[in-house]
Amino acid sequence: MKELTIISGKGGTGKTSILGAFATLAGSSLLCDCDVDAANLHILLNPSIKETYEFYGEKKAEILPELCTDCGKCEELCQFKAIQKGQINSYACEGCAVCYHVCPAEAIKMKPHLSGHWYISDTKWGPMVHAKLGIAQGNSGLLVNRVRKKAREVAKEHNLSLIISDGPPGIGCPVISSLAGTDMALVVTEPTASGIHDLERIVKVASGFGCITAVCINKYNLDEDNCRFIEDLAEKLEVPVIGKIPYDAAMAEAVLKGIPVTILGQGAAQEPLGELWQQVKHLLGAR
Amino acid sequence: MRVAVSASGQTQLDELNPRLGRCEYFVIVDDVSGETWAIENTGRLSTGAAGIATATLLHNHQVDVVITGNVGPNAFTALEAAEIKVYTGTKGKVQDLLEQYRNGNLSKASGPNVGPHGS
Amino acid sequence: MRISIASGKGGTGKTLVATSLALSLMDQPRPVQLLDCDVEEPNAHIFFKMKQAGSQKVFLPIPKVDYDQCQYCGKCVEVCQFNAIALMKRTLVIFPDVCHSCGGCWYLCPTEALQPTPREVGAVGISQSGSFTLVSGTLKLGTHISPPVIKAVRAKEDPDSIVIIDGPPGSSCPVMTIVDGTDYCILVTEPTPFGLNDLVLAVEMLQVLGIACGVVINRDVPENDIIDRYCEDKGLPILLRIPLKTEIARAYAKGITLVESDPHWKPKFLELYQRVVREVAQ
Repeated sequence: MKELTIISGKGGTGKTSILGAFATLAGSSLLCDCDVDAANLHILLNPSIKETYEFYGEKKAEILPELCTDCGKCEELCQFKAIQKGQINSYACEGCAVCYHVCPAEAIKMKPHLSGHWYISDTKWGPMVHAKLGIAQGNSGLLVNRVRKKAREVAKEHNLSLIISDGPPGIGCPVISSLAGTDMALVVTEPTASGIHDLERIVKVASGFGCITAVCINKYNLDEDNCRFIEDLAEKLEVPVIGKIPYDAAMAEAVLKGIPVTILGQGAAQEPLGELWQQVKHLLGAR
Repeated sequence: MRVAVSASGQTQLDELNPRLGRCEYFVIVDDVSGETWAIENTGRLSTGAAGIATATLLHNHQVDVVITGNVGPNAFTALEAAEIKVYTGTKGKVQDLLEQYRNGNLSKASGPNVGPHGS
Repeated sequence: MRISIASGKGGTGKTLVATSLALSLMDQPRPVQLLDCDVEEPNAHIFFKMKQAGSQKVFLPIPKVDYDQCQYCGKCVEVCQFNAIALMKRTLVIFPDVCHSCGGCWYLCPTEALQPTPREVGAVGISQSGSFTLVSGTLKLGTHISPPVIKAVRAKEDPDSIVIIDGPPGSSCPVMTIVDGTDYCILVTEPTPFGLNDLVLAVEMLQVLGIACGVVINRDVPENDIIDRYCEDKGLPILLRIPLKTEIARAYAKGITLVESDPHWKPKFLELYQRVVREVAQ
């Protein structure tokens, strides 16, 4: 079984659109959305949810009213102003447990907090594992781990030889969780100042995992100077540029229709996307 | 002397997991007795700063050397304080990495090789 | 009047709306404050060529060990939920960048060997021009807990001013810190399914917090009503539409605000403000 993770550093470079195209070109694979903070792969792949699971992240404080003596000690010591009039505001609570330790009546307990859900779904192009973190919940790295572990199990069950994962933007903990143990990281970038700025950092992160790392420049013809700059930078970083996708209004149109661009079947991006996919398959096959 | 390898499974045939703080297990080998066993990395379940919790776990298991892929600044500081030496590799089975270590083919980390959160 | 500006998705034009709104209100009898709470990437100052009048550092308490008092009992390690303290070979190691400043370790240390000591986490800068004030927060590099710096910026809120708060993208903790306690939230989005997806998340968050909101559609195209349909369904007002035009993007990329590059936008932003005032009054 091989795993491909698509990442970008900066958000909005077209990562999810390219993954949507790959899903159709692969025919049958396990699709995995690791962007649990703001998942959006479902917009293109239209999954039907088969199984829903709860995700418990960090612990938060809870007051047992029958034991509480209203002494006010917890309220006085809470640095996050999460306790007011004997009530805990779970959005403000950071789970530091100071209240739990100082309560003389042992009226506070730390309870695992429901921070999100994850799902196993069906799509036209294979099963999909995805998640939704609750409002203002932390710990997305842990949820990404959970999602990827399940993705491997489901892929095994269905005898699928490929997992394609959509990574979250940025270079933080959830990105690391989506790269660990993957066979290949495809970095989707664009020829803008911030695209250039983020490329070096994300390539360094990916190369720390010993996976194949390659770059794809999306909307490359928007700024040909910046595009060349990215190609030079990639060479310096010793990562190949395996695809250059032109700006194509069909990409935006496909998003509006909620389908992968390859299903729309028109526009200047079709052929380069097909070639990019061949390159990806070639690199993964050689590993 | 005890050598631990961050791994995705519990045996020497399992693969290295390059993430010190988020690996599932450590496969530990005692150089003197030749004994091998595995411990679960409970540090990985931490909300944050899993690398520090993991370093504490290794310290509690009297590990002298750890072989892994990525070490962040906090984990490195913690391991240094615990006098645990860090050697880094990129991939392979636990037994291969142990072999490379014994042959002197792994490099000893003199500082963190990734930023916080592995970035 | 305190108005927060948010967007689920990054790059939708939040700062574009915040800066033009602030500039359009300059002739109002009340003073105007613009709070830039995007402390990881503050950029509102680019649009106002004002000299910074002053800057204050933001500190948070972190523990400091008095090794003469420390008994190496491990109580602090047990108490700390964030792994910010480790006990190794009879040394206590503190990790400032993961510390949440909860105070657990120094309250509960049996020998008072841990004492709070200030750590710089960011700065708040203030610039003033007439009745307009710009307050910007900056998170110190290497620090990644932004709410304390956001709170320090918000501590400068003047109750007699019209306060406009520009924050980071997303719907996570820092965003909650900027919208919390405001009278109204303006959500800036774009008419794509991705924009809608993230708008829905932001609206859900505001509902939980009980904050009224309305929507600004940026890069609007007449043939697309994806955001309109959602807003109609949820009863959310559409406050303003900014069309998809390359002139707008180009001028903005040069650091020129919308109302400055095209003054006919000024009455529209004024109208937007009056609409918000009416919505809040209801």
